[in-house]
Amino acid sequence: MTAPAITQQTTLQKTVAGKTVTLTPEQADAFGRELDALKERVIADLGERDTTYIRRIVKAQRGLEIAGRALLFGGIFPPFWLAGTAMLGISKILDNMEIGHNVMHGQYDWTGDPALSSKKFEWDTACPADQWRHSHNYMHHTYTNIVGMDRDIGYGILRMSKDQKWVPYYLGNPVYAFLLMVLFQYGVALHELETERIRAGEITIADKREILEGIWRKTKKQTLKDYVAFPLLAGPFAPWVFAGNLTANLMRNVWSYMIIFCGHFPEDVQEFSIEETKAETRGQWYFRQILGSANLTGGKLFHILSGNLSFQIEHHLFPDVPAHRHAEIAPEVQEICKRYGIPYNTGPLPKQFATVVRKIVRLALPNR
Amino acid sequence: MFTQTLSRRVRRSPLLELLTGPHGVDRYTELVDPTWTVGEARAKVVAVRRQTPRSVTLTLEPNRAFTGFRAGQHINLTVEINGRRRTRCYSPASSESARHIELTIGRHDGGLVSTYLCDHARPGMVVGLDSVGGDFVLPAIRPRRILFVSGGSGITPVMSMLRTLRADGFDGEIAFVHYARSPEEACYADELAAMTGVRVLHGYTRGGDGDLTGYFDADHLATAMPDPADDTAVFVCGPPALVEAVRAHCPEAKSESFVPPVFTIPTDDAGGRILFTDSGVQATDDGRPLLQQAEDAGLTPESGCRMGICHTCTRRKTRGAVKNLITGAVSTADDEDVQICVTAPVGDVEIAL
Repeated sequence: MTAPAITQQTTLQKTVAGKTVTLTPEQADAFGRELDALKERVIADLGERDTTYIRRIVKAQRGLEIAGRALLFGGIFPPFWLAGTAMLGISKILDNMEIGHNVMHGQYDWTGDPALSSKKFEWDTACPADQWRHSHNYMHHTYTNIVGMDRDIGYGILRMSKDQKWVPYYLGNPVYAFLLMVLFQYGVALHELETERIRAGEITIADKREILEGIWRKTKKQTLKDYVAFPLLAGPFAPWVFAGNLTANLMRNVWSYMIIFCGHFPEDVQEFSIEETKAETRGQWYFRQILGSANLTGGKLFHILSGNLSFQIEHHLFPDVPAHRHAEIAPEVQEICKRYGIPYNTGPLPKQFATVVRKIVRLALPNR
Repeated sequence: MFTQTLSRRVRRSPLLELLTGPHGVDRYTELVDPTWTVGEARAKVVAVRRQTPRSVTLTLEPNRAFTGFRAGQHINLTVEINGRRRTRCYSPASSESARHIELTIGRHDGGLVSTYLCDHARPGMVVGLDSVGGDFVLPAIRPRRILFVSGGSGITPVMSMLRTLRADGFDGEIAFVHYARSPEEACYADELAAMTGVRVLHGYTRGGDGDLTGYFDADHLATAMPDPADDTAVFVCGPPALVEAVRAHCPEAKSESFVPPVFTIPTDDAGGRILFTDSGVQATDDGRPLLQQAEDAGLTPESGCRMGICHTCTRRKTRGAVKNLITGAVSTADDEDVQICVTAPVGDVEIAL
């Protein structure tokens, strides 16, 4: 079967919180043009302010890391252990979110600085950067919230959409979700392995040999660093360093899990079918990114610690725009959405995360 | 220095690499001092002189990662301007054995980096150094008689050779002919005037009384280096016309010519020549994105979204102008990363593929 040469562009329709949202092809084009123009304006303005910002964050992260690890060497004194662990945990959060995730999106490629290059950056977590770039930058960001294409819907482990067929395995949804939260860095590391396809017999583990080797190489180094080398360097204080590193990694795991789950899983965030998105135009792609994402409200520090993923909508519209700019453009994005009658999902972390937890529990059972 | 030696020693230790992973030692030490890197050659500007109205002379203190150059060679200098790294090629004027590197950069109108350095260079600035190269160098066995001819900013590699010879105690005959637009624009005039054992002749092409009048010809050659023979080596660096004039009389002359790149963006978009430099494949531009054209030429570049968001296909464009098909922006910078799925050539383009 061959596709028709000219695909009839369709009017998009979604029901969000009981209200019908419609976007005609003409509206979608105009909508897309407005967002393109907004992006162009930000891109034209990029400069020293952005490099200064990200380098300040890098400096803070490296400083916190060194200070945190140093304090943990004296971790036998509880205040040192607590401060050291907190500093190391925050350092890992900054490294993974505001620096790693954003740099790897190519947000700073325009600087020409090899230390900020999307292709060269490697982050302080178990997942190898090159695998992340494929599964996240390409697959997730292109096919956002398309059930059957975006593997971030449940990560091949969870049932996060009503459109995922229920099987008794999903009775354990809350348990798997909890384990994924605690072990998040390993969950992320195993993402490219596509275990659900291996389980389904679509592919074999042998097909994933290279991926597995990559995961092993990176995870081995990370494990040796945090759980062998640094503890041994501390001599008799090894247990405190070990426990501090473990807790810092746990802090990062839980925090990044919460922020990331609030990006696409809160109540009223829409999923899409492959059929619906077959002949999508640029404007319609933007439409899907907005309906498929949700923001978090909070203060400046909260946004930095969330890697500005609290501006998930802006991030999904413009994944390669430096994320610290999202706060500046969010009001404009909201205004554009309002004019086109497109809902803009946002709320504080406790509220958004509560709806995520409710979804995890509810979807453990078959659809009613 | 001590810290650099120390970091050089410990960097080799796999333990330190593990402990500082995945970022590496440099990413920590550079935060203390940006020149404390062992993987990247960098230098600190320690002095800035403005010898002439249209040039700036920088004295650079390179870090240990810099492995030196031979007199006459050129270096890629990287400067950050408004958050963007810009790289240009310059020939040092300092002797190859000197601790500091000296660069004299002539301002050329509309030149981003030269203008920036002329206006804003200051001590304490940190620059990147790499890609030392070029075969415009002195032979290992020194000739007895040497004639140097330079024009404008072409003086720098020749100055480096001259200073290197003097530092080595060269006792042969040296003549030095330099052409500048006017006496005010002649760099190193004072130093050359004070030099003994070198016959220095100035020519000014836009007025001013010099030792020589007009452009290089047989008379100039005869005045500077009478009866050049087998034991005479000629080195010329300057605009192409000067190099040609010298070669007309001294066919054996070693030469280097640097012309500021003149970029005229073709009005007709498609039709240029695309060179995929890694594979050596060539294609004639049909106006579509570089990714599609590369694929049609039989290459299989890595790619993803094909709509300019995922950066999987990002590649380095080494030469030529390109157009971003989403924003319509045309950029001409050499050595620039572009997303080939949404980028089309404008005229001739070279891309690392």
